[in-house]
Amino acid sequence: MTVNVNLFADFLQMWHYQFMQHAFEAGTIIAIVAGITGYFVVLRRSAFVAHAFSEIGFAGAAGAVLIGIAPIFGLLMGSILGGLAIAALGRRVTNRDTQIGIVLAFTLGLGLLFINLYTGYATEAYSILFGEILGISSSNVLLTLSFGLVILIAIAAIYRPLLFASLDEEVAEAKGMPMVFLGTAFMLLVAVAVSISVQIVGVLLIFSLMVTPAATAQYLAKRPQQVIIISVIIALIATWSGLFIAFYTPYPVSFFITTISFATYLLVRFGYGRIRPIKVPATRIHANGEIKTDA
Amino acid sequence: MPSNLITADNLAAGYREKTVWRDANFAFGRGEFIAVIGPNGAGKTTLFRLLLGLQRPTSGSLKIFDAPPKRGNPQIGYVPQRHVIDSDTNVECLELVRLGLSGKKWGFNPFSKKENDAAMAALESVGAAELAHSSLGVLSGGELQRIFLAEALVSEPDILLLDEPLSNLDLRRETDLLHLVNDVVRSRDVTALLIAHNINPLLPHLDKVMYVANGKVATGKPSEVLTSESLTALYGVQVEVLRDPHGNVAIIGVEEHHGDMK
Repeated sequence: MTVNVNLFADFLQMWHYQFMQHAFEAGTIIAIVAGITGYFVVLRRSAFVAHAFSEIGFAGAAGAVLIGIAPIFGLLMGSILGGLAIAALGRRVTNRDTQIGIVLAFTLGLGLLFINLYTGYATEAYSILFGEILGISSSNVLLTLSFGLVILIAIAAIYRPLLFASLDEEVAEAKGMPMVFLGTAFMLLVAVAVSISVQIVGVLLIFSLMVTPAATAQYLAKRPQQVIIISVIIALIATWSGLFIAFYTPYPVSFFITTISFATYLLVRFGYGRIRPIKVPATRIHANGEIKTDA
Repeated sequence: MPSNLITADNLAAGYREKTVWRDANFAFGRGEFIAVIGPNGAGKTTLFRLLLGLQRPTSGSLKIFDAPPKRGNPQIGYVPQRHVIDSDTNVECLELVRLGLSGKKWGFNPFSKKENDAAMAALESVGAAELAHSSLGVLSGGELQRIFLAEALVSEPDILLLDEPLSNLDLRRETDLLHLVNDVVRSRDVTALLIAHNINPLLPHLDKVMYVANGKVATGKPSEVLTSESLTALYGVQVEVLRDPHGNVAIIGVEEHHGDMK
């Protein structure tokens, strides 16, 4: 395959291959889901939880490979059980780091054992860890679409209470919001989102779709709905261009997705901030005539 | 409608085996500004938790509008004790205030113009309209308290519970915020309970004061409660209340007793 100057022709050439079509279809769904879910992950400072799900999912996926079923089911099973367990540990995310760390180290070890017991190809482990989007079947795409839709509908249903509980936990609780339900529902949504996203970027690189785009978008907008849209756009750009570049180079897709995602973050974090700092002007005059200068 | 918004009869609060305070009797009417004063751990926030329905009385009765407190009561606006918002939180103030109105609603619905206008009106009423599109993460302590106040007021509550809004504020901002709360109480006829450590800056505005200390609660007009006799009875040690020509009070003999208010 050769790269032409004509990107459109290149794209058509790539689209000719069915595995690339599947990769783009699944990648698009995953980028949308991860971009949206990621906003709440960032807002609730649950990045470590998202990472934990992926590693707990790894044990599930490796176990699935061992008993001969598709890794995605093991991933879903593992991360959903992990999500329920973490939700049951307590409501305050900030105090759970230690427990999560303990559990994920154990599950990673368990996953290693399963892979070791499995006498087939070591590439299975490799693709779970680092993603293998080029092997996505049409049934995988359908499965991704179904779970993706479930996540989107669920997030739309709990959008405002979840935002409220994430931003202002104490007031939301006093207002009678079902905090345990919201926390558990959120954990399960992240668990499922992580499971389907792992197909592309793998267990170890999940942050590049789940955290980086949302964290980047936070520098560009202050309204949650705008941040979510920008987050999705960044995830889509990283996924699409990662797939495209990887098709014409001998290097892995995950590398390009993580790199583009990271480069966007750096550009926005250090480039955009210089052009338009997010801080409001240093000196403000209040309605009551008070003049205030930021430290 | 009853004359009193909040009434307590022989109310006691605590957790399982431990009683925090007992024998509290008080009645607060509409539009009263009440300071809740006492040392750390005396059970001031516990009172708020009772009113919010987050905790049940261990004995006695507490009524809001003649009904026991229930969680999620829309008649109450609550500003919990918060020190900082993470500076990474790049969410505009207007969004938080709108959530004070619509955060309980299920379903995805881009916030309506009506909710937007209500949130802007709440921000204006606390003199923070120009902060509407500022990020929460960059605000000063005094500005944040105004935003939190707007978030509590946007649903037009009858009762306002403010947990140590003055902590972390310098004297100037403290005075500004107290004037603001007083204006809110008078203009909206809201009953406000404000937890603080120092009574003096509050005295010009207060209708009533509630002292929580030593497992007991003393409530009444500042002139009734802030006397040597009344505070001596409350703290159980000799307490002197001194007044300066500006009406400030100094309470002597209490400080050394702070340690054992269990």
